[in-house]
Amino acid sequence: MADTSHGVGGLTYDKSKRSLPNELNIFMALIIIVVIFEILGQVLPYMNNQSFLFDTRDRFDSIFNEARLQIIILQVAIIGIIALGVTQVIITAGIDLSSGPLVAATAMIAMSFAQTETVNGFPNPKALFGTWAMDLPVIIPVVIGLTFGAFIGLINGTFIAYFRIPPFIATLGMFLVCRGIALWWSGGNPISFPTEAYAWIGSGMMPVVWFVVLAIIFQLIMKYTVYGKHTYAIGSNEDAARMSGINVRRHKVMVYMIASTLAAFAGIVLSSKAVTAQAGMGEFYELFAIAMAVIGGISLQGGRGSIIGTVLGAMVLGVIRSGFTYIKLDGSYQLMAMGGIIIAAVILDQYRQRSKA
Amino acid sequence: MSNEIVLKTEDLTKHYGGVHALEGANFELRKGEHVAIMGDNGAGKSTFVRQITGVEQRTRGEVIFDGKQVHFDGPLDARRAGIETVFQTLALADHLDVPDNLFLGREKTKFDWLGPFRLLNYKEMRQDTMDALQKTGVKIPNIRNTIQNMSGGQRQCVAIARTATFHSKLTIMDEPTAALGVQETAQVENIIRTLKEAGEPLILISHNMRQVMDLMDRIIVFRRGRIVANLRKEETDGQDVVAYITGAKTQEEYMVEGVT
Ligand SMILES: Nc1ncnc2c1ncn2[C@@H]1O[C@H](COP(=O)(O)OP(=O)(O)OP(=O)(O)O)[C@@H](O)[C@H]1O
Ligand SMILES: [Mg+2]
Repeated sequence: MADTSHGVGGLTYDKSKRSLPNELNIFMALIIIVVIFEILGQVLPYMNNQSFLFDTRDRFDSIFNEARLQIIILQVAIIGIIALGVTQVIITAGIDLSSGPLVAATAMIAMSFAQTETVNGFPNPKALFGTWAMDLPVIIPVVIGLTFGAFIGLINGTFIAYFRIPPFIATLGMFLVCRGIALWWSGGNPISFPTEAYAWIGSGMMPVVWFVVLAIIFQLIMKYTVYGKHTYAIGSNEDAARMSGINVRRHKVMVYMIASTLAAFAGIVLSSKAVTAQAGMGEFYELFAIAMAVIGGISLQGGRGSIIGTVLGAMVLGVIRSGFTYIKLDGSYQLMAMGGIIIAAVILDQYRQRSKA
Repeated sequence: MSNEIVLKTEDLTKHYGGVHALEGANFELRKGEHVAIMGDNGAGKSTFVRQITGVEQRTRGEVIFDGKQVHFDGPLDARRAGIETVFQTLALADHLDVPDNLFLGREKTKFDWLGPFRLLNYKEMRQDTMDALQKTGVKIPNIRNTIQNMSGGQRQCVAIARTATFHSKLTIMDEPTAALGVQETAQVENIIRTLKEAGEPLILISHNMRQVMDLMDRIIVFRRGRIVANLRKEETDGQDVVAYITGAKTQEEYMVEGVT
């Protein structure tokens, strides 16, 4: 009785002819974009026949321009960590706009518990608190930062799930609140000179390590655990989920808490990498995180998409940003072009949905 | 068949403002019994079900389920108590596949100490789904396809297979075959037979006389919000039932002064 084709009732089903997963499409798009930049490198008169990814003039022993690849991955890693959480929120048919300012607020708060007492033999000029808060074990600022993030997520989720505030409004409010907290925390002054251990968290390629590890963990969670299944179910049909006995409200709170905790972690990594925390950090991060998810095929209507998609979406965004810099496109044009690409991704997604239905 | 009463309603009544959709319904269902509810459109059949399952709150009356007076806050509450309902409008998650929908909210899991992050036992759920569907003769090319691309009949079958897979104390189906073709109807009827063999009681709302006569033990007829007949299948026939539905006849014990 147990046949492997997963069909019942004698209908035939050809496994080899099932449609390609969405992720493969995004991977193709990624390759096409790289090819376009390669071609632009050849045809644009001011580029001197440079290659985008294969420029190995200085090193004969490698195929790729490793420096550029590293920069691309490093650039997307921190926002990518936020995108992992935003992906889960969007799968429930919600949205989280508060992550960018949350990055700044968490950076300020965590950093203020991660400072060293002396810098080059002098007292830390940026010290926010007294000596009691100096040279604490690194676990303390990290736990404080993550707890703060979880708390913000708890508030977001509670307003959305229990008071039925639309996610857009609730997290927009939190967007302002968090930016306010970031400014208020140290009266607008940057906080600097962290302990060695804290500085290690975001040093070198560490942001990429965190991003990859977290992406793998959440890919597995979304696919193989009850938490993941219920997240998809809620986004797909909230009434059906409720009727099936899922505690929809409690689950939503959990999703927003996980998203905000990830954003807070991104704030810790960012402040560590920059070796300083500033109230203006993380500008547009919430939008780029959403963009990564959307480019990665996460439907804003909920119920569809995967963490792998978002990782690929992050790579697409990183390659485009790096490519624009490579063809010497000005920052202002970059923003405009990026906006266009995000809208195009959504249109493409809706078109695909309609042609499927 | 034991004489134990699974469900009993006393004077169950629902008024929507001035509309007396359900009036003084006294009803009994015994263990293992399959009962049909028939009646014209708007006779109050769905209203009756909605009061039992807590979708709406009743105007007055009592519901006794499994020996206890119950007052469900919602369908989920009723389900927890052991009442599975297939409502006239389906509740499935479009982006999930067949096993996911079948087991939604009561997944088979491993490593339960992981709490919300406990692992799904996909293998077992797929196997159980195949077994459940195979019994019913439902035709689904690939159970791992998402529900959204399936035909109305296939979706309906999934919804009904779901209620049949989990052993409940009472199953209620509100016109489960109304939108189905001949074959799909036969499949749903197979599921109903499976329930009968398992000794699980069922309330079936249906307009299909052949189906009711084939499958049910007893027929309750509703007319204008009131129960007008309680007929054992052996003591009635199609014509007789129609007479009660249209109002040509009313059983003596259900005669109400001033109402014909
Ligand atoms: N929410 C409501 N507000 C007002 N009137 C309602 C409401 N729900 C049902 N009714 C009325 O109550 C009566 C009984 O409706 P009900 O849905 O129980 O009929 P039914 O017997 O299930 O009919 P059908 O066979 O068409 O499903 C109808 O006259 C209907 O218009
Ligand atoms: Mg009805």
